[in-house]
Amino acid sequence: MSEVQTRPRVEIAALLKESVVAALVALGLTVVMVGMKTVDQPGGLGLEYRWNWVAAAVASVFIGRFLFALWRETRPRHAAERGPSRQQRMLTSGGDFIRKFGLWFSLFALGFAIAMPFLGGPFSTRYFIDVATYVTIYIMLGWGLNIVVGLAGLLDLGYVAFYAVGAYAYALLSTHFGLSFWVVLPLAGMMAASFGMMLGFPVLRLRGDYLAIVTLGFGEIIRIILLNWYELTGGPDGISGIPRPSFFGLDFSRRVPENGDTFHTFFGLDYSSMHRIIFLYYLILALALITNWFTLRVRKLPIGRAWEALREDEIACRSLGINPTNTKLTAFSIGAMFGGFAGSFFATRQGFISPESFTFIESAVILAIVVLGGLGSQIGVVVASVVLIGGTELFRGLEEYRMLTFGALMVAIMVWKPRGLFSFRRPTVILEGKKIVGSQAGEGSG
Amino acid sequence: MLTLEGVQTYYGNIEALKGIDLEVQQGEIVTIIGANGAGKSTTLMTICGLPRAAEGRIRFEQYDITRMPTHEIVQLGIAQSPEGRRIFPRMTVLENLQMGASKSNPDFFEQDLAHVQELFPILKKRENQRGGTLSGGEQQMLAIARALMSRPRLLLLDEPSLGLAPLVVRQIFEVIEQINREDDVTVLLVEQNAFHALKLAHRGYVMVNGRITLSGAGDELLDMPEVRAAYLEGG
Repeated sequence: MSEVQTRPRVEIAALLKESVVAALVALGLTVVMVGMKTVDQPGGLGLEYRWNWVAAAVASVFIGRFLFALWRETRPRHAAERGPSRQQRMLTSGGDFIRKFGLWFSLFALGFAIAMPFLGGPFSTRYFIDVATYVTIYIMLGWGLNIVVGLAGLLDLGYVAFYAVGAYAYALLSTHFGLSFWVVLPLAGMMAASFGMMLGFPVLRLRGDYLAIVTLGFGEIIRIILLNWYELTGGPDGISGIPRPSFFGLDFSRRVPENGDTFHTFFGLDYSSMHRIIFLYYLILALALITNWFTLRVRKLPIGRAWEALREDEIACRSLGINPTNTKLTAFSIGAMFGGFAGSFFATRQGFISPESFTFIESAVILAIVVLGGLGSQIGVVVASVVLIGGTELFRGLEEYRMLTFGALMVAIMVWKPRGLFSFRRPTVILEGKKIVGSQAGEGSG
Repeated sequence: MLTLEGVQTYYGNIEALKGIDLEVQQGEIVTIIGANGAGKSTTLMTICGLPRAAEGRIRFEQYDITRMPTHEIVQLGIAQSPEGRRIFPRMTVLENLQMGASKSNPDFFEQDLAHVQELFPILKKRENQRGGTLSGGEQQMLAIARALMSRPRLLLLDEPSLGLAPLVVRQIFEVIEQINREDDVTVLLVEQNAFHALKLAHRGYVMVNGRITLSGAGDELLDMPEVRAAYLEGG
């Protein structure tokens, strides 16, 4: 046997052909979508042609495809050269980074999240804290959905419905009955949880794609009810004037009531509108951390283990004496409950809600966060939220290219890491010597 | 201990079991042998209520379990190691065993764990490894061990020898005999490997096309010419 040929001859002609095909596809797509633009002209709509844009798009696809193909053909072919295969990495080492640095990374992220409003510089600006609040809402939603999708393996495309239930529960109860945020919060959670049950019952027998379609429908039903039940929800007008939360009974208003205190007089501070912003940020951070803490705890309890086992193999679960009905319903309702909490927070922060905030795209974004982060990974949700939500905020300057960047990012992550950024699953128990100990939680934090 | 009377099971319109009568006594190892598609696995699954029997009665000790939900049947003391092992691939060996552990008393866990690790020492070595990374034989051992973690009085085993090397098969069959003898676990074993199964079992049933055609003591069946012709020699 001669030496093993590791770098096969690259057939440039074949690569060029492949690139031409890709360029032709790009041409077909861009001629209409990029090449023609409708403009207002005297006497109706007219077309403006932008062929140079088309040429640029086609050329970049051609070159990009060629370079990609070249890289694909010239990289080492043999397993030994490439190191362990993706399969092996997935099963054995999986997440060296998380295992080694997960705890430190989490603690650092948590410390940063807590200290952030006081760090000064760009971190303490109103804009930055607003974005951070927004990102944290999605982290919380991601953690909530992670219970349903990541742990129990039930694909839920209608998660935003529970977010909406929580938001409307708070909005209605506070505007009609004057109940405070802290009273409504548990009620909203319970309400969302019972909606989770309502969704759970009819879908008990469904799995995978079929389950996804029904949950998608459920999300739409809730939104359409909110849109059409004008007497209760105000329909498309939404609900405005939703009260702000207080700090243990202390308001954040500038005006001081006659016999009482506000936040700034009680603590002897000068009034600043930032107080409320920072308070809201800490509020959602606390809610999100509770979600995370709950998930990390429950994974080690029988019910959490049953969720994970159910994701792996339902038949095996049944033959081990696990009641799949209860297991699925608890997953749905607990996941929904955290969605409801987040919804209440959203309502109180915005002060105004309408069905427009609860469209399918929201469900899709939350699901994208969970999937991109790595199903079941708490820290993955954090990173994916920061990248997707914070990222799109950052790219706001790019205007219409924002969604393009978003899409490209998602494609890139899925090509590079098909199981999500953090696909390593931390065992819930390990044996040390003769004693059984819970494995130290290293995942997750703000 | 376990009695099936005239049990019929359907998959849609297809009658998979056409009236099964079967009995397992306390302390026995009973085997069901037969060709592919004879209904052996369906019989085991029907005992656990997956799918449910359309006709007939299934009794376990003093309970009528014909209409009972699967998880309640299992809690009565029947454990199953289902066909194709069905371990949880992303969970570790230890977590798999934990899933099988007795729900009634968490204190049994360490004791039971030590016991199954003694029966299958390899599971001790692999305890923090993911189920999916085990070899076929190890996965089968894990499936049996997981079933044993619930302290069953009746163990249902579906083709534990499937796709395994003869040496591993022998090891697994030795353990089955051991738990039957020492732990007083009654075993109902479904097997293609008729020779091994009949040698191990006290009694056996032969299934053909959803019916039981022959039954008798293990060595009696081994000697019957029709059994030898159909399941042991040639083809």
